[in-house]
Amino acid sequence: MIVDGVNFKKYVMELSKKEKRVDGRGLLEYRKPIKIEYGVSKNAEGSATVTIGKTKVVCGVKLEIGEPYPDRPDEGTMIVTAEFAALASPEFEPGAPGEKSIELARIVDRGIRESGAIDVKKLCVKPGEKVWLAFIDIYVQNHDGNLIDASALAALAALMDAKFPKLKEDGTVDYKEHTNEKLPIVHKPIACTITKIGDKLFVDANVDEENVSDGRITITIDETGTINALQKGGMGGMTEEEINKCIEIAMEKTNELRKFIV
Amino acid sequence: MSERPDGRKFDEMRPIEAKVGVIEQADGSAMFKIGKTIAIAGVYGPKQVHPKHLEDPEKAILRCYYDMYSFSVPERERPGPDRRSIELSMVIKNALLPAVFVKEYPKSQIEIFVSIIQADAGTRCAAISAASMALADAGIAMKDIVSSVAVGHVNNKVVVDLNKEEEDVEGTTDIPLAYMPRMKKITLLQLDGKMPKDKLREAIALGTKSCEKIYEVQKKALKDRYNTSGE
Repeated sequence: MIVDGVNFKKYVMELSKKEKRVDGRGLLEYRKPIKIEYGVSKNAEGSATVTIGKTKVVCGVKLEIGEPYPDRPDEGTMIVTAEFAALASPEFEPGAPGEKSIELARIVDRGIRESGAIDVKKLCVKPGEKVWLAFIDIYVQNHDGNLIDASALAALAALMDAKFPKLKEDGTVDYKEHTNEKLPIVHKPIACTITKIGDKLFVDANVDEENVSDGRITITIDETGTINALQKGGMGGMTEEEINKCIEIAMEKTNELRKFIV
Repeated sequence: MSERPDGRKFDEMRPIEAKVGVIEQADGSAMFKIGKTIAIAGVYGPKQVHPKHLEDPEKAILRCYYDMYSFSVPERERPGPDRRSIELSMVIKNALLPAVFVKEYPKSQIEIFVSIIQADAGTRCAAISAASMALADAGIAMKDIVSSVAVGHVNNKVVVDLNKEEEDVEGTTDIPLAYMPRMKKITLLQLDGKMPKDKLREAIALGTKSCEKIYEVQKKALKDRYNTSGE
C-alpha cells in the first residue's frame, strides 16, 4: 500500500529513467503469470477467467432468444457489461455501476463489435423475429490494475468458449442441454493499454502505477493488425508522437497476448 | 440403497472444496465449493464506518453483500441487487454475527462481499461457509466458525445438501441452516415448503451433524493457508 502518492510518483519516474519499474519489470513488459482458464462457470454458455499478475477477471457469455433491431432484422445482438464487484478491491464500492466500470464495458464492447468478432448474421434464427442475443458479462475478482486488457481478453476467451444451448421446437431455449455448435467467432480483438507516467510509456500498469498515471490509451487490434477501437483515458494529454509510439507498442503487445488464446 | 437423482446417500453431501486466500486485495478471502455451487467471499475491515451515522460507539457493524454472477444460473440474472439478494445479504449477516466479537472493534465496520460464481442450489449456505473462513482469514476475532448447509425433505425423505434438481422436485421442502459447531448454536434457519414436526427435528439434527463435517474442511483450509504460504 502506497501512502505518499507524490513521493511514489517521483520514485516511479526516477526508476523509469533507467527503464525500470517498482516490481522489477521492464516498461513494456506484462506481468507474469498471464493465464486463461476456460469453462469456469458451467451455467454460462461460455466462460473464462483471465489472470494477469495479481489482476483477475471473470467473463461469462449467456445466449438468449430475442427480437432483432428493426434496422438489422437478420443480425443477432451483443452487449457487454462490467461489474467492479466490491470484493475485488478496497477502491470499489457496492452499488450501481460507476463511470469507470461503464467505460470499461464500453471499450470492450467496441472492440468486439467493431472488429466484427461475432458473425452476427449467424445469430439470426428467423429474420425480423428471432435472433440470439449475446450477453457478455464481466466481473472483476481481484483488482491490481490494467482491468481493461484483462477484461477484453476474458471477453474474447469466453466468446471462444461459448456453445449454443439447445433451441426447442417451440422457440424457447433449453439451457440444460448445450449443442456442440460453437458461437461463430471470426475475429479476435485484443486490447493493449499504455499508461503514461511523467514522459515515459508503460504497459500493464499495476494499481499503484495507475494511481499516479498522467493518462492512458487503450488500443484494440484484431489478428489482421487492424485497429478496431481506441480510448484515450485518464487525465493528461499525449503528443502525436507519443500516440504513434503507443500504436507500435500495442501492435507488438497484442501479438504477444494473442499467443495465450488457443 | 439410494433414491437421490445423483446417487448420493440421504446423509451424503456433494464433494466439498475450500480454499482460503483467493483475493489478494481483500483483508481476508475464501472460496467454498459444494458440488457445482461455488462461492467466493472477500472481507474488508475493520475500518471506518461510512456513512458515519451508522457508527456504533460500542461495537463494529457488519455489512454483507451477496451477489450472484449474471451467468451463474441457467437463465441470465440481471447484474446487481434484487429483492432476493437483499434478503439473503441480511440473513447471511445475521448468521455470521453471533460468531464475531464485535465489541472488540467499536466505531468500525466489517464488510463482507460474497459472489456466487456458479449456482446449483445451496448458494446462501455456501456463501456463509465461505464468508466465515474469510472473516477468520482477515484476522477478525471470532468465537467460532460458522458452517452452513441446507437440509430438506425430498420425495418423503430427509436429505442433506439438495442440488437444483432436488430443489425443483414438486413438494420439496428446503431448509437452509447455519451452525456454530463449537458453541452448538444454530444461526440461520429458514424453511420453504411443508414439513411435519418429527421430520423437521430429524432434518435439523442431520443439518448440524453435516455442519460439523463442513467445519473440519473449513479448519483444514484455514490451516493450509498458513502452512503452505511460507510468508
